Amino acid sequence: MTTTRFPIAAPAEESTPSVFDRLHEWVITVDHKRLGIMYIVFALGFLVIGGLEATLIRLQLAVPDNHVVSAQTFNTLFTMHGTTMVFLVGMPILAGFANYLVPLQIGTRDLAFPRLNSFAFWVTCFGGLLLYSSFLTAPALFGGAAAPDVGWFGYAPLTEPTYSRGNATDYWVIGLIIVGFGSIAGAVNIATTILTMRTKGMTLGRMPLFTWITLVVQCMILVAVSPLTAALILLLLDRGLGAHFFDTQAGGSAVLWQHFFWIFGHPEVYVLMLPGFGFLSEIIPVFSRKVIFGYPVMVAATVAIGFISLGVWAHHMFSVGMSPAANTYFAIATGLVGVPTGIKLFNWIGTMWGGRIQLRTPMLFAIAVLVQFLIAGITGVMLSVVPFDWQLTDTYFVVAHFHFVLVGSLLFAIFAAVYYWYPKATGRMLSERLGKWHFWLFLVGFNLTFIPQHFAGMLGMPRRVYTFLPERGLEIWNLASSIGVAFQLAGVACFVWNLIRSYRRGAVAGNDPWDAWTLEWATSSPPPAYNFAELPVVGSRRPLWDLKHPEDPDWQYE
Amino acid sequence: MLSIALQATDTVSSIFAPVSTPAVKEADLAKMVLVLSAVVFVVVAGLVAYSVVRFRAGRGEQGTEPPQVYGSAQVEAAWTVIPIIIVIVLVLATGRVIHEVQAAPEPPNAVRVTVVGRQWWWEIRYPELGVVTANELHVPVSDSAHRQPTFLTLESADVAHSFWVPRVAGKTDLIPNKTNRMWVEPHQPGTYLGQCAEYCGTQHAHMLLRVVAEPPEQFARWVEQQRQNAAAVPADSAAAAGRRVFLGTACISCHTVGGTVATGRYGPDLTHLMSRETIGAGVAPNTRDRLRAWVRNPDDLKHGVLMPAMQLDDEQLDQLVEYLLTLR
Repeated sequence: MTTTRFPIAAPAEESTPSVFDRLHEWVITVDHKRLGIMYIVFALGFLVIGGLEATLIRLQLAVPDNHVVSAQTFNTLFTMHGTTMVFLVGMPILAGFANYLVPLQIGTRDLAFPRLNSFAFWVTCFGGLLLYSSFLTAPALFGGAAAPDVGWFGYAPLTEPTYSRGNATDYWVIGLIIVGFGSIAGAVNIATTILTMRTKGMTLGRMPLFTWITLVVQCMILVAVSPLTAALILLLLDRGLGAHFFDTQAGGSAVLWQHFFWIFGHPEVYVLMLPGFGFLSEIIPVFSRKVIFGYPVMVAATVAIGFISLGVWAHHMFSVGMSPAANTYFAIATGLVGVPTGIKLFNWIGTMWGGRIQLRTPMLFAIAVLVQFLIAGITGVMLSVVPFDWQLTDTYFVVAHFHFVLVGSLLFAIFAAVYYWYPKATGRMLSERLGKWHFWLFLVGFNLTFIPQHFAGMLGMPRRVYTFLPERGLEIWNLASSIGVAFQLAGVACFVWNLIRSYRRGAVAGNDPWDAWTLEWATSSPPPAYNFAELPVVGSRRPLWDLKHPEDPDWQYE
Repeated sequence: MLSIALQATDTVSSIFAPVSTPAVKEADLAKMVLVLSAVVFVVVAGLVAYSVVRFRAGRGEQGTEPPQVYGSAQVEAAWTVIPIIIVIVLVLATGRVIHEVQAAPEPPNAVRVTVVGRQWWWEIRYPELGVVTANELHVPVSDSAHRQPTFLTLESADVAHSFWVPRVAGKTDLIPNKTNRMWVEPHQPGTYLGQCAEYCGTQHAHMLLRVVAEPPEQFARWVEQQRQNAAAVPADSAAAAGRRVFLGTACISCHTVGGTVATGRYGPDLTHLMSRETIGAGVAPNTRDRLRAWVRNPDDLKHGVLMPAMQLDDEQLDQLVEYLLTLR
């Protein structure tokens, strides 16, 4: 059997270049770790912006017939909130983690195409800035909206020139096309790296689950983002050159846009959520002190989710008047996607079962994900029951459902990941005390905001309304929902303060603060530019376990 | 608490207080799904809670590793098969209700209505009865001895909308260049509230809808009354002046008043304006002063509305409102 060797790299040489030189270094860098950090910081910046937009939304909806913002401003806010959170937070932050972690986890020195990596980041960055520049530059033109107000899904024909005058919608279209190019470039790069640059002994079957999931996600990005980009180009032709793809007044099809959008949109949900599963599959074993339960099944479930998720898109469209046969098919496919997802949840529980669970901050967030994702999954199954969906779709119930996915599961998993890998990237531990404040405030705030929205939806409150009428039984749920935001903001404030404060004053982490098992913990914190002085050779899925427990190595059992 | 919260009153539109056949079928299925969901939640969340409490590391255990368990084919097979069985059960129940609702035959005595979604109001036409109205759908109550459902043809004149009255039926979208169908069959008289459920632009939030279910004889009387043209020149002099204002301004480009030269179809038909409870698709009650405020500047009541202010002076406004009040 192969031996496992881990040369621990020496820390990079310290010198003190000027601020300008350091900035210059960051701008021209092609180092996967720096680009990864830039993606994450970029995304966290937009997380704050998107969060403030959500805060205004909840202020407006705190009481019925409220006038904090106008109807048009409100429509702009929810459009930009959704677009920002999906394209400028979710996608880049996960690209950032993949960038940072994949080469370390597979024991290589960088991504396959470092300059393409830099291109992908800067394209994403400028796409985001272009989208937001519509606030500054669009209002002067033709009296249209100052920023996109067509919803993040941009349903035709509301996006056509007839109904969206001015240029705000063009900013949205072009911004997303550009961000999409960034995603596609990143996906090509990361998938190539995983397939071709694994270190000696790192077979596909020995890759850490985060890397496995990342590979599946990159393939999904290639399949899912491309149709969106194509559809956006068609829409741009409609708007700019008078084409009629989605122009219903000239015989175009509104439903066609919905199909294009959700052929992207549903795999996209898993593109966002699967990396969260990847974080959990790394964090739960380490803090349970147990190997992941059922590794091969976890991989199989990931691949199954990847495939099935390509065939469920029209479950967003049960109310557009599809035939009973089509509705039934999409109900079956959607129900099926719950099976591999359920397997994952059970395998995490199986991992904790019989372990020695350490309730450090990353684990607290991970455990919250298990319960909140369970709720998200169950409400997802409810939505797959077509007749139930006819009542629930386009209501606040759906808003609650996907925030349980994207906040209650994904964002919590991202917080867990930040607490877990921050020591690796900075060499400093985040404060546990601030981390626990962050966790409990955010847990309370999140649930207070989103649990009531299920009830508002079942009581007849549609989504995307800038106000609601009194005496319809909606007041209490909306008020509770808005109060929850205050707790979430306080939690995020703890988080941001923790990130800043610990960068200088956190406890020194050392190479392997969590006593973990994957290769990123075999190099220094932060790792040197070349990652490993000598590329490691691995013999199992947990190379560091083998090193620490030579008497009972993993490869005996795999 | 849950059941109390989801009870419906006159103004609360809970999906769990259905009054019409499709909504009843949907609610029954929903209740079954909720029960199943509750069981799954209790079991799985219980497992999570138990493992966190039971397997939390004790003080003496720090630094030692528990036995490593790599997986178990039997256990994993079990938690693959059980969810598959649940999915099969749900799909069978789902398929049955999809068929019952979507493939329901249309009885010959069904009332047929065409609903056209517009930014931001509902045009409601009864082609066989010769009735045109807006924002308030009148339908007969159906009883089991004498079933009389109402079948809706759904179209849109501009962007996508969605017809949703929770106590009456789940939603179906109104999409331009596409004709959809749905049906309702209320069993008890009453006014049921709903609204547009697909984002359709600035005033999506104020595209409100009500379904008025009436006993068949009362529905027949309503139809008879709606078929009448507006009275000729009103006796009241202010109203007569208002009629001249109405017919002399651009009002007639968009609105119809039966029996006059006003035949516009872009805005709601006003022939029986005063028979409706609200104006502006539910944005305000249909009273004299609200009507005056609306005509003076619709944007004050419904920001972004497509009806312009007609720049009438106070006297013209008073006269016009007097005239509108005669349109019963």
